[in-house]
Amino acid sequence: MNFELTEEQRMIQKTVREFAQEVIAPGAERRDETTEFPEDIVKDLGEMGILGLPFPEEYGGVGADTVSFALAVEEIAKVDASLALTVSAHISLGCAPLYYLGSEEQKKRYLTPALQGEYLAAFGLTEPNAGSDAGGTETTAILEGDHWRLNGTKMFITNPTYAGYVVATARTAKEGISSFIVPKDTPGYSIGQKYEKLGMRSSDTRELIFSDARIPKENLLGTEGEGFKGFLKVLDGGRIGIAALSLGLAEASLEAALKYAKQRVQFGQPISKFQAIQFKLADLATQIEMARMGLYRAAWLKDNHQKYTKEAAMAKLFASELAVRAANEAIQIHGGYGYMKEYHVERFLRDAKLLEIGEGTSEVQRIVIARSIGC
Amino acid sequence: MKSIVLIKQIPDTGEMSMDPQSKWLVREDVNKIINPFDTYALEEGIRLKEQHGGEVVALSMGPEHSKEALKEAIAMGVDASILISGDVFRGADAQATAYVLAKGIAKISEYDLIIGGIYTSDGATGQVGPAVAEHLGIPHITGVRKIREISETRIEVERLTDGGVEVVEAELPALITVVKEINEPRLTSLKGIMKAKKAEIPIWGMDDIEATEGRVGETGSKAKVIDTWIPQRSKDVEMLEGSAQEIGKAIVDKLKTAKII
Repeated sequence: MNFELTEEQRMIQKTVREFAQEVIAPGAERRDETTEFPEDIVKDLGEMGILGLPFPEEYGGVGADTVSFALAVEEIAKVDASLALTVSAHISLGCAPLYYLGSEEQKKRYLTPALQGEYLAAFGLTEPNAGSDAGGTETTAILEGDHWRLNGTKMFITNPTYAGYVVATARTAKEGISSFIVPKDTPGYSIGQKYEKLGMRSSDTRELIFSDARIPKENLLGTEGEGFKGFLKVLDGGRIGIAALSLGLAEASLEAALKYAKQRVQFGQPISKFQAIQFKLADLATQIEMARMGLYRAAWLKDNHQKYTKEAAMAKLFASELAVRAANEAIQIHGGYGYMKEYHVERFLRDAKLLEIGEGTSEVQRIVIARSIGC
Repeated sequence: MKSIVLIKQIPDTGEMSMDPQSKWLVREDVNKIINPFDTYALEEGIRLKEQHGGEVVALSMGPEHSKEALKEAIAMGVDASILISGDVFRGADAQATAYVLAKGIAKISEYDLIIGGIYTSDGATGQVGPAVAEHLGIPHITGVRKIREISETRIEVERLTDGGVEVVEAELPALITVVKEINEPRLTSLKGIMKAKKAEIPIWGMDDIEATEGRVGETGSKAKVIDTWIPQRSKDVEMLEGSAQEIGKAIVDKLKTAKII
């Protein structure tokens, strides 16, 4: 058993950490306020290779492993959860389906530019009447000669404005759900207004509208009618991303709370000397360590081609609930200051809430876990 | 064009501490970085290669964990890295360090330009670069802020001085040390890290560089560190109260009393 990161994992962690602290952190608070999407930073991330991190070099990726991907998302989330969400959704929702299910030609044409950072990638599954129950998908794709005609609406989609393509799910004449690659310039495909959100405010979240959107026949991704199987696999990987994001956010909350507790003097001593505060901090530090172990192990299982559905769901469930708890406690430790924007922790709470919902709610994670233990 | 970039791994300047016995910097269990000025040297070496072709090699003397810094250099874009390491080299002053690096460069043998940072943030002597050049019998130019021209036989640079800028030329091979005005070091690419992972970094010892015993490490050092300490930061804070005018006057009075103004 080896709990140490490898040399290249440590180097990737260090490189992303330095970039996050120096380049991403300074504008995070402002972007939360303005909801401005950091295009320049995303371009830098592309140049560094982060947008193609866990995919093979032959497709334009970096060839690093899932553990490295988790480390990178964690470091970004420590300073800007919105950007971490952008990266995580790009890699594990936008790029992964192409990598797992795409033909060689589809990979070369659509995946490579995404991995090289020329554009982002997006995934469209959720609909007004189909969220956790993907079986309720109402978007349709009808084959007409050498084209598919798509009609329907997708909700809460991350990255579409900057995405070169979106992988969208739809029903066809064949039973089941199918997946399609919809390039950005497709006639009949339009992107709606940016949602006003509680948190993750500078990530790009929008509605997608397919109104007689015509895509070439060869843009069917994987086997017709078997999209469900495909995206379950995609969501497993996505949960590692969300768990990593949650861990980074929880660490940021603890760090802020600890720093404040050591500085804030009441009744003649720093409040970090009071057991009431110490116990909160000790609990958070302990739970963060446990979340880290669970996350890294789930990533390690994936890297070693073992089953990881249950572990990824557990990591996501535990870490995301911890992220909310940690942000909440960080505000409590800050007292009145914590309620003010200046101290960042209120942003952490708003950002954290999404993590209990996105890529499967906590309730869905518990269903996945319950099934996998034999319920 | 073949360049050799001299780099040093140092403790992160924010976390420095001293061993009270040896007076040496504690180099274990602290976050380590490439000496910041050396990252500009690396960038310049890589740019020269990109513009003129050839090769760029990073060279360092230090403990075995300096390999990490050398791997980072590969991740940035150098072709190869070499480490000179061993207990015998410990405790070297600037002169002993320069001797060892010069011996290492002599073993590499072919080169057009040697590039280093103007000084390291831990030792801050600024002597190692020039002393290496003296050992090798080649010209050196310190504090370079721009390479104006470089050919196979000659280099012309702008050198930052206290009062302004000097334009200096030298025949190649030569050694230059650079200041941070020279360029903007690139972001380490993660592809570079994966390349660095596969790279083998040779470790050279006394025999490899054919160094003379007694000229390296602490025994080879003419300068002995007698005492070093980290200044204690006082946290005394006095809050002044009153109107802006009263506070302003009180500050001036206090500065006068302290003979600061």
